[in-house]
Amino acid sequence: MSNNDFSALMPLMVLAGASVLVMLLIVARLSHRVIQLVSLLLFAIAFISLLNIREMLPYEVGTLFMIDSFGTFMTGLIIFSGLVVNVFSYIYFQEKEEGPREYYVLLFLCTLGACVLALSEHFVSVFLGLEILTIGLYALIAYLRTRNHSIEAGIKYLVLAAFSSAFLLFGMALVYLQTGTMSFAGMAGVVAADSVPPLLLTGLGLMLVGLGFKLAVVPFHMWTADVYQGAPVPVTAFIATASKGGVVAAMLRFFIAIDGFRSEQLQTVLITIAIASMVAGNLLALRQRNIKRLLAYSSIAHLGYLLVAFIPGSAVVPQTVSFYLLAYFITTFAAFGVVTILSDSESDADDLVRYKALFWKHPALATILSVAMFSLAGIPLTAGFTGKFYVLTTGIGQGLWLPAVVLVLSSVVGLYYYLRVVTTLFAGTRDLLPDPPARYPVFLGISMAVLSVLTFALIWLGVYPDGVIGVVQGLQLK
Amino acid sequence: MMLVLLITVLMVGAVAAAVAGEWNRHLPRWIALMASAAGLLLVILLWATTSPHSVTDRQWLMDYRKEWIPSFGITFHLAVDGLSLLLLALTFFLGVLAVLCSWDEIRERTGFYYFNLLWILAGVAGVFMALDMFLFYFFWEVMLIPMYFLIGIWGSENRVYAAYKFFIFTQASGLLMFLAILGLYFIHGRDTGVYTFGYFELAETVIPFQTAFWLMLGFMIAFAVKLPVFPFHTWLPDAHGEAPTAGSLILAGLLLKTGAYGMLRFVVPMFPEVVADVALPAMVLGVAGIIYGAVMAYSQTDLKRLVAFTSVSHMGFVITGIFALNELALQGVVMQLVTHALSTGALFLTAGMIKERLHTRDIEQMGGLWGPMPQMGTIGLVFAMASLGLPGLGNFVAEFLILLGVFQAQPWIAVAAVSGLIFSAVYSLRIVGKIFLGPRRTLEAVPDFSFREMLIMAALTVSVVWLGLFPQPVIDTAKPAITELIRFMDVHSTASHHQSYVKQ
Repeated sequence: MSNNDFSALMPLMVLAGASVLVMLLIVARLSHRVIQLVSLLLFAIAFISLLNIREMLPYEVGTLFMIDSFGTFMTGLIIFSGLVVNVFSYIYFQEKEEGPREYYVLLFLCTLGACVLALSEHFVSVFLGLEILTIGLYALIAYLRTRNHSIEAGIKYLVLAAFSSAFLLFGMALVYLQTGTMSFAGMAGVVAADSVPPLLLTGLGLMLVGLGFKLAVVPFHMWTADVYQGAPVPVTAFIATASKGGVVAAMLRFFIAIDGFRSEQLQTVLITIAIASMVAGNLLALRQRNIKRLLAYSSIAHLGYLLVAFIPGSAVVPQTVSFYLLAYFITTFAAFGVVTILSDSESDADDLVRYKALFWKHPALATILSVAMFSLAGIPLTAGFTGKFYVLTTGIGQGLWLPAVVLVLSSVVGLYYYLRVVTTLFAGTRDLLPDPPARYPVFLGISMAVLSVLTFALIWLGVYPDGVIGVVQGLQLK
Repeated sequence: MMLVLLITVLMVGAVAAAVAGEWNRHLPRWIALMASAAGLLLVILLWATTSPHSVTDRQWLMDYRKEWIPSFGITFHLAVDGLSLLLLALTFFLGVLAVLCSWDEIRERTGFYYFNLLWILAGVAGVFMALDMFLFYFFWEVMLIPMYFLIGIWGSENRVYAAYKFFIFTQASGLLMFLAILGLYFIHGRDTGVYTFGYFELAETVIPFQTAFWLMLGFMIAFAVKLPVFPFHTWLPDAHGEAPTAGSLILAGLLLKTGAYGMLRFVVPMFPEVVADVALPAMVLGVAGIIYGAVMAYSQTDLKRLVAFTSVSHMGFVITGIFALNELALQGVVMQLVTHALSTGALFLTAGMIKERLHTRDIEQMGGLWGPMPQMGTIGLVFAMASLGLPGLGNFVAEFLILLGVFQAQPWIAVAAVSGLIFSAVYSLRIVGKIFLGPRRTLEAVPDFSFREMLIMAALTVSVVWLGLFPQPVIDTAKPAITELIRFMDVHSTASHHQSYVKQ
């Protein structure tokens, strides 16, 4: 490896080193507070190290990694997610029975895995990244090991993720058999012929099953609600964002490299998955009274929306996907951030009943949650609307009218349950009981500051998105 | 710049009211009053400076354009012509009244209440000015959420259901419109290579008839739900009935008008051939609405629902008038928009005032209220008469013009529509008879108008009488816009006829 390779991979190395460093800090018996702040710093360093590699883009490291501007953007998004999750974690885990320190090691590893996925252009690195991410998540999901839901969620995720990895591997093997290479660039040369050979198609189909599980699109979505509900709230936020973001990035890179969109069958399958996810996600969310499950189904629908932007395979796809993921990440964090802050040592604040009259008790939190809900619903003035608009323009621009119409109609269904959350926030009246004093004022302050920034970003992206659109339009996929 | 100021004054006022509400319960209403009054003054100023009495040939009186999201060809483009100006004036006039009528009614969470109220007004004002399709949709949606809150938080018993229904109906139809806008955007972009949401550019787009039909349907459904056209009206009685008084006033006075405005501004100029094609079915729906609304109004016992159904009936005239597609009818439509806002608004206010006193909306429990409240009785009578179209009051001029225009286009439709006038007489008289005349049912002491209420009603009465006796200013102001519309229709239909012959 040359010096340049090292600096190009710096963000990944910082993340990997950080997990080791935090492990050492745990051995040194430092307090939760110190470890939390150090990890915050390390995330920030990883993020800053990303900014340093801007000049050398695009840069290929061996055959495993392609560090281009799209990958860097996604990596930035993922590291940012890790950072936000890290901020929310202190209050949440400080009160829990388990020692919270090892949690940060796992968080770094998962972030690393997702980043590797976003940058990889070779089956080996894709699989490595995926496994680093997934194995970390097994532990994270079941982290509160005395709780029934957590254990259930952990086991469920373990079994299904292992299962889907097997599908993915077999698919990769078939593709390798057909093409004789595992690097995306190599495949691009081999597959360039007009027809898609059946073996390759089978391989792609099996890979799609594996990736579909990670993305939780219908019909591979069964685990989502239970895992979302059982996992600790910050971990749920991580699953909803970073882990899916990494997979989407890898998938996009792969499909664009082999130009998988030209295959009629594959396109039909993707359209079917997208439509099924949008419809099923929104319908299943209708009856949920648990906000974590509700957000789980909503995430299924949102991945369906994202696929509508993904399928056309045109030149605008990377920017649309980037923008949509950015908007979706910010929104999801705003929502889960509120849930985290409201959770207490006994239970998560996941029952909708606990949100009743929140607006009159905590106007700031309720406003943030409402804005997040409106953004998920895609109402103007919020990032979610701009994102949906972007997706619709991309879809309709390539004549995908059917998914676009389904998107619109299913988001009308979605309105109902998002509105129900908002209605709950405003229902009832102020009770006169004084609030218990804030338990960790410093960390609460930091969390609130992050939430405010997220909310501001949400509205900024909804009102004046041009700057960010300019950035994502400049993204290159090599 | 003045146009931007119109919106900003409301938005800034809204935020100020919300913030002030944290400290003081009464401050928000003063802020809201000042913001809406300032807007009203601005509009009057605008009117005075731009249309010096005579008819101007220029359609657009004022224009403001700034890049917004250039990557998608979206501009922040506001402009007003006579039609917009009239509706803007109406917006701010009713805005001031809405603040005044909430003065004592709203006692809780006043900051957030006035925030929502002003925010709706900002959205409505934006809708009446936007000349970029994306911006238009943006404002179209901006007014929804605060209205949802207004109904859902400060409404009466069944408010949550009504709020949901309102929101989902309007949002669903709005999204269909958005799809149609995107379709238009791409067709235009592909034909010319210029991707833009600009109104004038998109209006020039040549669309194949079949596609045009679907696109028009997308727009039309959004506007038909908002207007509402029978059979898309079912959200309206619930929303109007459950909303607080100011909410009903704004719903009836302004939100419904955005539907009609959308048809006049977008549907007719953009899809002239399709409009000409569907004119007859649309007019039939309009007449159905006129009669259905009137019959339903007659059978209601809830005063606010009754008034809500009269709106359905009156809006039937609007849709019939729009699709008559001639100058007389369109002039009538504009008149109807203004006078309906005043008369129905006044009836909703009356219902609200009675409810404040008797704590019921059930007209079976009212009766004999003329005795203790002669002033309210008189005003109620005036507006019931306005609603049935008595000559001398504004609504008469409007409905007369519409009927004349419709008669030119489709005599039989006009004949059927006239029957609406008879029905409206029946229900209007029933309102007066049940509420103000007959034996008294309650023994509660009911005070007559307070000074504030008197002020509100006086303003409305003067306006509706003025419009009835001297409608010329309204007609003159709207004229350039309507002439342009008609000219556009004619040019386009002849041109397209030629085109289609050539193609064949």
